[in-house]
Amino acid sequence: MTGSAYLNCFYGILYRELYRFVQQRSRFLSALVRPLLWLVVFAAGFRAALGVSIIPPYETYISYEVYITPGLIGIILLFNGMQGSLSMVVDREMGSMRVLLTSPFPRSYLLICKLFSIALISSIQAYVFLFIASWFDINAPLAGYFYLLPACLIAGLMLAAVGLFISSLVRQLENFAGIMNFVIFPMFFLSSALYPLWKMREANDWLFQVCQVNPFTYAVELIRFSLYAKWNGSAFMVVAITTILFVLAAVAGYNPRMGLLGRKATGE
Amino acid sequence: MKHIFLSLGFLVFAMQDLSAATLYVSNEKDNNLSLIDLDSLEVIDTIEVGERPRGITFSKDFSKLYICASDSDSVQVLDVGSKKIITDLPSGEDPEQFALHPNDRHLYISNEEDAIVTIVDTESRTVIAQIDVGVEPEGMAISPDGRWAVNTSETTNMLHWIDTSNYQLVDNTLVDQRPRHVEFTHDGAMLWASSEIGGTVTVVDVSSRKMLHQLSFKIPGVNQDRIQPVGITLTSEGNLAFVALGPANHVAVVDTTSYEVIKYLLVGRRVWHLELDNYDKYLYTSNGVSGDVSVIDVNKLKVIKSIKVGRYPWGLAIKP
Repeated sequence: MTGSAYLNCFYGILYRELYRFVQQRSRFLSALVRPLLWLVVFAAGFRAALGVSIIPPYETYISYEVYITPGLIGIILLFNGMQGSLSMVVDREMGSMRVLLTSPFPRSYLLICKLFSIALISSIQAYVFLFIASWFDINAPLAGYFYLLPACLIAGLMLAAVGLFISSLVRQLENFAGIMNFVIFPMFFLSSALYPLWKMREANDWLFQVCQVNPFTYAVELIRFSLYAKWNGSAFMVVAITTILFVLAAVAGYNPRMGLLGRKATGE
Repeated sequence: MKHIFLSLGFLVFAMQDLSAATLYVSNEKDNNLSLIDLDSLEVIDTIEVGERPRGITFSKDFSKLYICASDSDSVQVLDVGSKKIITDLPSGEDPEQFALHPNDRHLYISNEEDAIVTIVDTESRTVIAQIDVGVEPEGMAISPDGRWAVNTSETTNMLHWIDTSNYQLVDNTLVDQRPRHVEFTHDGAMLWASSEIGGTVTVVDVSSRKMLHQLSFKIPGVNQDRIQPVGITLTSEGNLAFVALGPANHVAVVDTTSYEVIKYLLVGRRVWHLELDNYDKYLYTSNGVSGDVSVIDVNKLKVIKSIKVGRYPWGLAIKP
């Protein structure tokens, strides 16, 4: 198998994801409307709530809209990552992945291509969201928009990998609401996306501890710091390690000899 | 030879331009001044002064800084070079705000508890006049031509017009509740006065001493009773005015032609006073409760940084 064959395979998977992204306009719109509703409606009531403390990477007082913008980029990546990966449940049964998974390419390579495609599409949506947010006077330094891309890609990879791992555990995607309730919402609410952690600690120390072990918190902080052209080494490390662990777990999950799928299929 | 002199001249100009200006901030609760380097935007020194320092202003040559040390009942004179208090001026009781006459010699001081304005000669260090004004005098400004000294009395709700040629109170202008601060436009044609409880800013025509316009403020998400205007400053071109809105934690940016508020900028808690640099590039705000100074980029109308200083920062003055 040559390098160009691998590249062709990647292009194929990326093209398919892009094609699906362009075709499913309602999915794209809902992915944008969701964070915009948070920004325009939810945040309006809390506009002055945060002007009491300066937290890095900010150098002055900020409005609530400014605070939650990185968290809303996070929710775009989270929803898109989960939806993209969970579509594998259907895709592996009757979609193009069914064909690809039987191809001579290593399964791990195919899955990583899929994850990277999802992360790239999520990042495009994040930039469209930021463009709309700029109409509401939410702007970052110019350098921040460049630093944001690698941060979005790695955070998008992590969240897609989590979704892929979950998809390896479920046989049929009948209850996406269950995934929403037990995975997406807890990850989102128990993080620094909506409230800074010091506020969470004031409210409840137990909740603060949960937020601290939630990898989504670190994804949001990596995005937040990058958007303001600042480096957050600890957030990067947590996101990178979590990404590697979940990619390995998902690859194992999709291995017919090791994974749950294989065991289920063989009735073990 | 001429070129050498020109080059040297340019070099000296460039060096002056490069040397950093310093912002002096009086910390009401800490009895000291914080000095902020305006290049690095960091506190570089702290100077101990009298009790409860509030209003501060430089002499014309920036060699002296006058400080209202309210609880020490004196106006202190700081030698800027040695950073030492060199003398106390007889100020009357509880001096809060003051203004230096364009003659660089006479200080007009509000004495909050005695309901008087004291005029002090800074050279002879003597009181040259005391003028009865309304209850709780506070804000003080002198017209650019030096003709008028205007004082605000917080409880009487008036602007008191003092003729500086004979130190007589010649007129009063009624404004909204609790006037705190007054500021002349650079051409001296108008006077802007903030009313803290009234929540308004009144623009007064100086020649008739009558109200021209009244501004009010409305910040989405902020309760109306928290909007309490205090400090005011105007750009040298006079196109923009900035109004500190106290516990609303915002500075209002006002177009002086239309009197419309263009923008509200979020700063620290309980913003008291404002100071523009000489180039109208940056505006500095003293935020009393949060104990910091916010820096606003005037061109972009954006708050770029907040710098921690002492407790209850109050007065601001820039040494170029």
